[in-house]
Amino acid sequence: MREVIKNRYEFVILFDVENGNPNGDPDAGNMPRIDPESGLGLVTDVCLKRKIRNYVETVKEDEKGYKIYIREDVPLNRSDREACRDIGIQEEDEKKQTEALKKLKKSDPDVDIKLRDYMCENFYDIRTFGAVMTTFVKASLNCGQVRGPVQIGFARSIDPVVSQEVTITRVAITTEKDAENKTTEMGRKSIVPYGLYRAEGYISANLARKVTGFSEEDLELLWEAIINMFEHDHSAARGKMSVRELIVFKHSRELGDCPAYKLFDAVEVRKNGNVMYPRRYQDYTVLVHEEQIPESVEVRRMI
Amino acid sequence: MGMGVKIRVWGDFALFSRPELKVERCSYDVMTPSAARGILDAVYWHPGLKWVVDKIYVRKPIRFTSVRRNEVKSKVLASSVLQAYNGGDKPLFISSKEEIVQRASLLLCDVEYVIEAHFEMTERANASDNPGKFKDIVMRRLRRGECFHTPYFGCREFPAHFCLWEEEAVPTAYDDAEEKDLGLMLFDMDYSDPEQIQPMFFRAVMRRGVLDLRNCEVMR
Repeated sequence: MREVIKNRYEFVILFDVENGNPNGDPDAGNMPRIDPESGLGLVTDVCLKRKIRNYVETVKEDEKGYKIYIREDVPLNRSDREACRDIGIQEEDEKKQTEALKKLKKSDPDVDIKLRDYMCENFYDIRTFGAVMTTFVKASLNCGQVRGPVQIGFARSIDPVVSQEVTITRVAITTEKDAENKTTEMGRKSIVPYGLYRAEGYISANLARKVTGFSEEDLELLWEAIINMFEHDHSAARGKMSVRELIVFKHSRELGDCPAYKLFDAVEVRKNGNVMYPRRYQDYTVLVHEEQIPESVEVRRMI
Repeated sequence: MGMGVKIRVWGDFALFSRPELKVERCSYDVMTPSAARGILDAVYWHPGLKWVVDKIYVRKPIRFTSVRRNEVKSKVLASSVLQAYNGGDKPLFISSKEEIVQRASLLLCDVEYVIEAHFEMTERANASDNPGKFKDIVMRRLRRGECFHTPYFGCREFPAHFCLWEEEAVPTAYDDAEEKDLGLMLFDMDYSDPEQIQPMFFRAVMRRGVLDLRNCEVMR
């Protein structure tokens, strides 16, 4: 049996982007997300969680206990198998399943919890972030909602970012008709020349112990995934992204030793004095004010 | 001994979804009593205790912003979990490419509230439980920043910072506004019958920045 985590944690992630788009805004034609009032860049929590899922999926490759529930792509063999099933009795099967579930629920009132534990045991992302499962039996209490111990807020850039439109051309034309009239097509991409972003996260040891069983090994994997989350996510849109700092606060107890905001306030990211327009990580200084942190809280700079 | 507490909560964003606008989520103007109770529950809860929210003070001007995100529309199906549990070979996952939907949410930004609440004992309290004990636990947790899990403003991606409010007076952003009618708001869910969980609503009127929930008429 793996050992469930016993301490509350908080963490600060600092990551930067160079000439890329860290997180497109579907409302603004995929331009980088910007808080319209302050001009600060935003990266949503779900964007970062996606990267963590992808990393775990890449390194663990469906290893038992490390499956990923919410996937980006459908692996080929699934479609193959589904094709086989289509000829079969898939439809009936589903109905039977629901009925079997109802029957089981009557004879075994704990079936909800058994199924939940089964999901947590097998899926890393459910153990970590939680999942919403449908009501197991209609009109009865919904036991299917799992809150995961790891909670991440929106990431925000330290300084306002400017998004820049870059117009590009390509010589390969998509349609025959267009090819008659022109030799190149224009495209657009939006980039942030440079942005240093800060995300804050929380890990509740209580939810780990009482619900999902998020273990010490899982925690190590989470840190590894955060550190490497952009290393396997390079693409034309992203530019150069990297995690610069992962500062972890480990409380000495399950409930924690001090308020989270005090720990977050102790991490100061300062733009160096003579820099007008930051363009590289060296234009910033990261300070951890140890004196503001209670002694019982262990601070680790993981990078 | 007073069993009431005042806690100050603040954060960058909040989303208290209106039940009538849930697909493209839209936040209420202020925190709902049920969200305030959720925050208190995250700090300390026990079967022997029930939180009752008395007042919500709105400390910062109400401002909105919008965010559109890629979300998945489906939930984990119990029947397919059972299938996998019983050794079926159907792989279990949601493909976000197939199940993707883009949804906008209208969020509140830069929020701060003071929640004034008290707790009542319930029948499920143990023989050794008493209000003094619970009060001590709550106060200690609030002073030390301890919590069961990090409280949040409506959705988990909007974490709430919290601390004890120790001053007597609570200045609000709407001290000068005599009365602001916020319409019908969700009060809380009634879980007394697990077979039929019912929403409860109330007429929210903010007077001088304060939502007073004592003796308010609750509609079902």
